[in-house]
Amino acid sequence: MASFKSTKIPIYPKLGEKVTPDTLYWKNYKAPVQIKEFGAVTSIDFSSLAPHNYAVTASTRIHIYGPFSTEPVKTFTRFKDTAYSGKFRSDGQLLVAGCEDSMVRLFDVSGKVALRVFKGHTKGVHVTDFTSDCYHILTGSDDYTCRLWDIPNSTELTSYKEHTDYIRCGITSKLNRDIFITGSYDHTLRVFDARVEKSVMTMDHSQPVESVLLYPSEGLLVSAGGRYVKVWDLLKGGQPLVSLKNHHKTVTCLSLSSNGQRLLSASLDRHVKIYNTTNYKVVHNFDYAASILSLALAPDDESIVVGMTNGVLSIKHRKSPEEKREMAGKQRMQPVYRIFVKGRNYVPKKDDFLVSKPVKSHLAKYDKQLKKFNISKALDTALESWRRNRKPEITVAVMKELDRRGTLKNALAGRDEQNLSQLLNFLIGNVVDPRFTPVLVTATEMILDIYQAVVGQSSVVDRQLVRLQELVEREVDYQQDLLEVLGMLDTLFAASLPRKEVPCPGSSRPNGLAEGSLGAPGPQLKAA
Amino acid sequence: MVAHGEIHVVHRGGNKINFRETVITNDSRFLLCASGESVKVYSSSSEECVHDLQGHTDLVSGIVRNPSNHLQVYSCSADGTVRLWDFTDGILIKTFIIGYPIYSIYISENHGGVVFVVVPMANDKSSELFQLVAVHLPLSGDQEVEARELSAVLCDVSPSGAASFGRKGEYIAAVKGLQLEVFFFKKQKSHRFFLKSGNKKGAKNAFTCVSCHPKEDCIATGHEDGKIRLWRNFNQKKEYTYSTLHWHHGAVNTLQFTPEGTNLLSGGIESVLVQWHYTQENQKDFLPRLGGAITHIAVSPDGSLFCTSHSDNKITIIQSCVKVSAIIQGLVKGEGVRTDLTIDPRSKALVLNGKPGHLQFYSLHRDKLLYNLDIVQQEYIHEEGLDQFEVVKAAFDTRGNWLATVEERTQKGSELEINLKLWAYDEQTQSFMLNTTVTAPHEDQITAMCFSPSPETTMLVTISFDGHFKAWLLADHSDTKEGACWSCDFVGGYHHLKPGCCCFSADGSLLAVGFQEVVTVWSPSWELLTTLSQPPGAIRDLCFGRLSCSKYLLGTSTKNQLCCWNLLTCSLEWSTPVDVSLLQADPLSENMAAFCSQSGCSDLFVFKPGEPRPLYSQKALCTGKVQRAVFAPRDQMLESCEEHAQWLNRSQLYFFTQHMDLMTFSTKTEEDRLLASSKRLMVDDSVAVTPFYLLLGKHRQQQEALTNPMAERIQLPQGSIAIKELLYTPAHVLPSASFLCSMFVRSLLISSSSASEEKEPVEEEMESEEEDSEGEAELRDARQDLGGSAAWGPGEELGAPALTKAQERELRRVKHFDHSWLSSVLEC
Repeated sequence: MASFKSTKIPIYPKLGEKVTPDTLYWKNYKAPVQIKEFGAVTSIDFSSLAPHNYAVTASTRIHIYGPFSTEPVKTFTRFKDTAYSGKFRSDGQLLVAGCEDSMVRLFDVSGKVALRVFKGHTKGVHVTDFTSDCYHILTGSDDYTCRLWDIPNSTELTSYKEHTDYIRCGITSKLNRDIFITGSYDHTLRVFDARVEKSVMTMDHSQPVESVLLYPSEGLLVSAGGRYVKVWDLLKGGQPLVSLKNHHKTVTCLSLSSNGQRLLSASLDRHVKIYNTTNYKVVHNFDYAASILSLALAPDDESIVVGMTNGVLSIKHRKSPEEKREMAGKQRMQPVYRIFVKGRNYVPKKDDFLVSKPVKSHLAKYDKQLKKFNISKALDTALESWRRNRKPEITVAVMKELDRRGTLKNALAGRDEQNLSQLLNFLIGNVVDPRFTPVLVTATEMILDIYQAVVGQSSVVDRQLVRLQELVEREVDYQQDLLEVLGMLDTLFAASLPRKEVPCPGSSRPNGLAEGSLGAPGPQLKAA
Repeated sequence: MVAHGEIHVVHRGGNKINFRETVITNDSRFLLCASGESVKVYSSSSEECVHDLQGHTDLVSGIVRNPSNHLQVYSCSADGTVRLWDFTDGILIKTFIIGYPIYSIYISENHGGVVFVVVPMANDKSSELFQLVAVHLPLSGDQEVEARELSAVLCDVSPSGAASFGRKGEYIAAVKGLQLEVFFFKKQKSHRFFLKSGNKKGAKNAFTCVSCHPKEDCIATGHEDGKIRLWRNFNQKKEYTYSTLHWHHGAVNTLQFTPEGTNLLSGGIESVLVQWHYTQENQKDFLPRLGGAITHIAVSPDGSLFCTSHSDNKITIIQSCVKVSAIIQGLVKGEGVRTDLTIDPRSKALVLNGKPGHLQFYSLHRDKLLYNLDIVQQEYIHEEGLDQFEVVKAAFDTRGNWLATVEERTQKGSELEINLKLWAYDEQTQSFMLNTTVTAPHEDQITAMCFSPSPETTMLVTISFDGHFKAWLLADHSDTKEGACWSCDFVGGYHHLKPGCCCFSADGSLLAVGFQEVVTVWSPSWELLTTLSQPPGAIRDLCFGRLSCSKYLLGTSTKNQLCCWNLLTCSLEWSTPVDVSLLQADPLSENMAAFCSQSGCSDLFVFKPGEPRPLYSQKALCTGKVQRAVFAPRDQMLESCEEHAQWLNRSQLYFFTQHMDLMTFSTKTEEDRLLASSKRLMVDDSVAVTPFYLLLGKHRQQQEALTNPMAERIQLPQGSIAIKELLYTPAHVLPSASFLCSMFVRSLLISSSSASEEKEPVEEEMESEEEDSEGEAELRDARQDLGGSAAWGPGEELGAPALTKAQERELRRVKHFDHSWLSSVLEC
């Protein structure tokens, strides 16, 4: 006597990306905290000093936030015009910022008034940075010049006027106090050495450069401009290494993850893409609500801060291990059958005769009903609201099983208004799902057959039927459009494929019948 | 024509065992069932076939117990004979020649020396009418007796099992169509009862079966609409009454009263055994999900054992209507083999579709169904007119690690449902585990599939009527939890033609796909290498040559062509006009077998692709087309030197005829070997514990007991039991004497190294045995008492440390005696 075989619930393949260690790592962030700033957030910089506060430059202000605060810890408001590029010094004590009014201000993090004001640029300053020895400041401005300033004396040290357009990005070397790199809207990247009067290296990005980034080893340079992200090998004299084109709008910001293994790029197309730096393949992708202007990662990737054009600052914090454990602990709180299994750990003695109890297999409620051929009840069970909403595949599997038994029509028949509207609701929700369509179309047809007579008696049902009709019509239109597109694609593919002749050796002779008649004599399969 | 007197086409296994009702012996130890031209005796506890009673020359159509001797059965056959058998020893006792084909047999205790058989009416073999006749079996000492004393009892009965004897054999009831006929032997008069054909409310009143109550005057009849009627008071023509029981929704196939008449058993297509209580008719017990539709029910004479035969060639043994204790499963053939015949590379079993939704693994060497693999994994609904999933394709990879199956379900008015399933062999459970299910792998029916034989890649190619062929690869996702699973790697097609067949070359480097009239050859990197075509007719079969002939590709077309292409030159090597219905390549040699159908008969040609001469040919193999065939590798190579039989050395060719008979080719040397192996039959299956086990097990226990002085008392009778087993077990079920000899000598002799204390009990045992074997039977019967009582004094039990002279002499005598006994065993 075979046991009852339960209804098979098919496991549908999960659509979307595959689960890789990268997705697991980058998905391990909490829901973002959003802070509204006064204007577009143009720059975010993390202090290298614990607790890793970060400076957010937006409109005419610079806010400094603590790692978990939603209110600014400190605010610098002494700007006459839009501020740019608030940057911490490596010791976290000083902060420099450029401004649209061409002045560069240096602040003490604990103070309010600017310590120094560097004047000399004639147009807005978009780039500021400290050199690695902490005594100089690099600035780049819309007047095409980049300058080095001495902090103690607040004097200009050098000025380079080699770019022929706005300078919008720059970075100083962390290893050498004299070397810095600037990128400009004239499509070039220039490497300067403060000890010589001219740039030592020039690279052509062929797009207005929006952002530059140096690898920790400083052998590789990453630049972003237009839709491209390019990687240059500085040790080989600025040879281009890779050109990445994964965004469909201008890439605005670049960042490296803390271990230097992943590169992040943010773009106006509202995406942040994460690349593997060994093969430069995109391993993960974040979506945001608006075009992204600035992006920064806290040390150890503890949080990802993104600033957008609509003035929203979005902060994602990494889930702490305790929280993870808590989540796991919650799952373990399932009921345990330990208490009732008495004598479970009893070790049988040598001569004991073991009587094994048959293992009772558990059947789902709808299976029990199917076993008893209670078809309508089984369908009711499958249509229970939580099952219908959370696991439509179960409902569909039960319908399929009923259809296989040839009793789906009986199970669907004889329902009252409430029941029927429930059923129709389910159909409306799922009939166009390609996984369920084959089964549900049959069910829909049966329902229409059965309840033809009662159309017009209930406004609820009628409304749903109309909705169903609209849905089906729309779906048919979609399918038609898709077929058209498919046809077009086929033509394109056919045209683009090179025509290849099938090699046919000895083509002078046909390899058909003629060959057989004049070739070697075939075996005589006729018995004598 | 080559002389081939030594190659025969023989039936090999896979007979129906559900053709007629099984018979349970009086002691419930054996089941007898008709199986083709023989009667098989199964042990009811171990499910093993104990005897194969051979002698009939046509289909056996019925078996009944001999009421006067509980160790004998009668069997009848379409060859016109009734044979009397002793089933414990498997001996034919008598043959009664009736002269007409017999379709069923009935017997009653109260009619001594008479059997009732169903024979065709009017002595006309083609007639559709049958009559029940009584045959007086002449008492004569001859082996073959002609029984010509026939007297008609009932005219116009149905040919199979629709008659039953009533209380004390006073009457016999038979049903046919809408009529129940009861014949009273005393009055020599019959009453007929008719039912209306009345088709209202779906009632179908036609009778299907009948059973009479053994103690009361009550006849139960089954009907086509699922009703059971209980007829009473039928000895009056007019005042008869009947009551109706209704549970079955399909036809009632069989009815049976238990021997005491307390219960009525019924079964039908629902595959539920229903037990109705005779006195409280609304009470019933069910035993559901037994397998295929129930066709027959048999009850043992003591009522403890039921036995149901099922439409899927199965016999289920049920103990007191609650527990299925054993299942005897034959080869399930159904109406046709949807899957090709395949050989499981691991178990060397023949694999084909069996029970609905299952694949069966059938061992050809042992003629036994090994197991069924549930492919569809769905509850089977026993109802007529339901579209069920069917397994239509199955393929193994070369090492037997993977199995691919295709199941499909066609439903009126909706799409074809196809599932492709891939099964991985699990070493631990020794069976196949489902790995990947692909729903709707193709848009239309899958016509063929094959695994790539190359050892590097695990690849499956499926071809379908939707004009595509798809390659499926095993992708290893070891980084995620899912493990290895299959995914589609390549989809190919050729000018939107429908592919019909595909074949991999032996090394897996080429794939040939036949697209109607064109054969396309593909490389493993999915480049179309070349196309071959042979105009008229679509390609039916494709086969690559093997070993020395691997440069050839053979194809057969629908327009009576057999072509052989040379793949090196890409040109036709030869072609010949034969209508080949089936082409099979031997996986172990270069040989190919081609079944050709000519004027309603099938011919076989065996040839090598490279040679212009067939190795073997046989005309008129069987009538009709050969449906399926397969080369099964032999477990032992034959060493036949005759040229025409050499192709059978490595593998054996099995095929299914139109009538679903499994046939094979066998040579003389093989038959000799079979005969030899049947002589050294190793197992006695009359009981679960074999004498072999008893001997060996006793021997072991004895050894253990020897080391334990506390067990002395128990040993004594045990040793003698071992001897008794050896002496009284029939010689033909014993292991070979040479095998027993050494063991026995060891068990009986006293080892020279062992200490004297241990020798003592052994010696005593010897004495007891000697007494047993020499002494009277009474002593032997009383040996339990002997062992249990204090006949052996405590002093003796403890034993003297040294052997006395007398004891030693005795021992020598025993030794001598044993040897002589063994030599006699050896001689016989």
